[in-house]
Amino acid sequence: MIGAHRRFTPLQRLLHWLMAACILAMLFIGVGMVSTVMPKYLTLVAIHKPLGIAILALALIRLAVRLRYGAPPLPADLPEPMKLAAVGSHYALYALMIAMPLLGWGMLSAAAYPVVLFGGWHLPAILPQSDSLHTLLWDAHFYLAFAFFALILLHIAAALFHALVRRDGVFETMASAAIYDEVAPAEQGRHAA
Amino acid sequence: MTAPHQSLPFGSLALIAAFVVAVAAAFAYTAGWFSPQRLTPGKLVDAFAPPSGAALGHRRNHAKGICFTGAFEANGAGSELSQAPVFVRGQYPVLGRFNLGTANPNAADATVRVRGLGLRISTPDGQQWRSAMINAPVFPVSTPQIFYELLRAEGSKEANAVATFAAANPEFAPFGDWAKNGPWTGSYAEERYNSLNSFVFVDGSGAEHVVRWSLLPAAQPVAVSTDELAKRGPNFLEQEIAQRVAGAPQRWTMVVTVANPGDPTADPTKAWPADRRSVEVGTLVAQQVEAEPGGPCRDINFDPTVLPSGMRTSDDPFPAARSAAYAKSYDLRTAEAKDYPRTTTGARP
Repeated sequence: MIGAHRRFTPLQRLLHWLMAACILAMLFIGVGMVSTVMPKYLTLVAIHKPLGIAILALALIRLAVRLRYGAPPLPADLPEPMKLAAVGSHYALYALMIAMPLLGWGMLSAAAYPVVLFGGWHLPAILPQSDSLHTLLWDAHFYLAFAFFALILLHIAAALFHALVRRDGVFETMASAAIYDEVAPAEQGRHAA
Repeated sequence: MTAPHQSLPFGSLALIAAFVVAVAAAFAYTAGWFSPQRLTPGKLVDAFAPPSGAALGHRRNHAKGICFTGAFEANGAGSELSQAPVFVRGQYPVLGRFNLGTANPNAADATVRVRGLGLRISTPDGQQWRSAMINAPVFPVSTPQIFYELLRAEGSKEANAVATFAAANPEFAPFGDWAKNGPWTGSYAEERYNSLNSFVFVDGSGAEHVVRWSLLPAAQPVAVSTDELAKRGPNFLEQEIAQRVAGAPQRWTMVVTVANPGDPTADPTKAWPADRRSVEVGTLVAQQVEAEPGGPCRDINFDPTVLPSGMRTSDDPFPAARSAAYAKSYDLRTAEAKDYPRTTTGARP
């Protein structure tokens, strides 16, 4: 880990907001597509699959970046249960970002569907055909999607709580558009202390 | 750092709550939870079920069937319509399923009007062309919503529900006429199977052709009365096709028909004029028949929107609805696999 950043690195912030848009779109597309028989069903499915694979790739990059650069420390005065919730929910978010696309890919594989991305471009099956595996993965993909969405709502609520109620700088570690992680003079003293 | 609060920040907390509730509500709306009238795949699939409930572990429609394997022998002519690899001259492995258009997997063969053929053709590059065709020359209705209404009429306890539906929907007449007056045959091998829905083929130059396709039997169809068919036993179609294919491979010519501009491509109740250009693209050969329990077709979803590059869906609204409903049916029946009688008489013939 490199020092104690005030903010996430620009790359981390970029990945966060890009993936935030992708994942929210993904969840809305998911619940939308399974509830309609209109022609948009096919359009939504055709977006869902490649977008899921894109999220998987981004999540793996993001995990590597996170392991390399770490995260700004939480405020020292944050109550212990909130710290625990913050750390735990981030583990869960990373796990879901990686697991959900794999579950979807595995589920299609177990049903012997071709995993088509664009045109004739497709991915190999990662599991043998199996009705029991398909059911297990389908259930996991379905229920974890709602858990994922609930966790994102919690994440948003917590971020806004930091921004509007505690005003403790946590929100700004990710929300800032600044490119450089410049250290304010007032804080230099604090870091040195 | 943390600003000390004089009082509880109700305004901020309310703002946060309102935001989270708004996002959650948008999600619920997208999921259709505020739209009970929305036609969902689940509703469509449930509408097939008889009053006694769906046959667990089975397809929710076309529940009775038998698997076959074989080959598609492309003659190369299809390449002028579509760049799909399946039309390049050659032989490609086929997995298929002869089936009956009923939600009852134990229906007597002579009681089911619609016969179908599910098809999956694979090419070495890993692409697939899946199709599910039936022997009717046209589809009963023009939109998935009206189809749902037809299913509801068929499942209705009212005596004349279907007649009332037919009277209210004149588009049903061509199908109704076929169902009532069209010939019946004694064999899956003597049926012509039609895609009914239109699709778009894209050729090597990028030009698009709206098409429908049919499988024309090599076997000569022989009309048989339903009374005579009933005497052949409840499973005569499966017994007959197993014996017939064991004796010799059975063939169909695949013919692709190209729409003229202005033809009703979005409405499967309307046949296209007989003079439309048609191209024979190859031959389907059924080489081996296998009972569905333990057979290779049971866990395959013959989703008509699984298409290779060079083919796509058209303005016909049915393939999307079928894809959504077939997926729902697949998810249900694979989860009910324990209810599927895998050990029943096996190879019935």
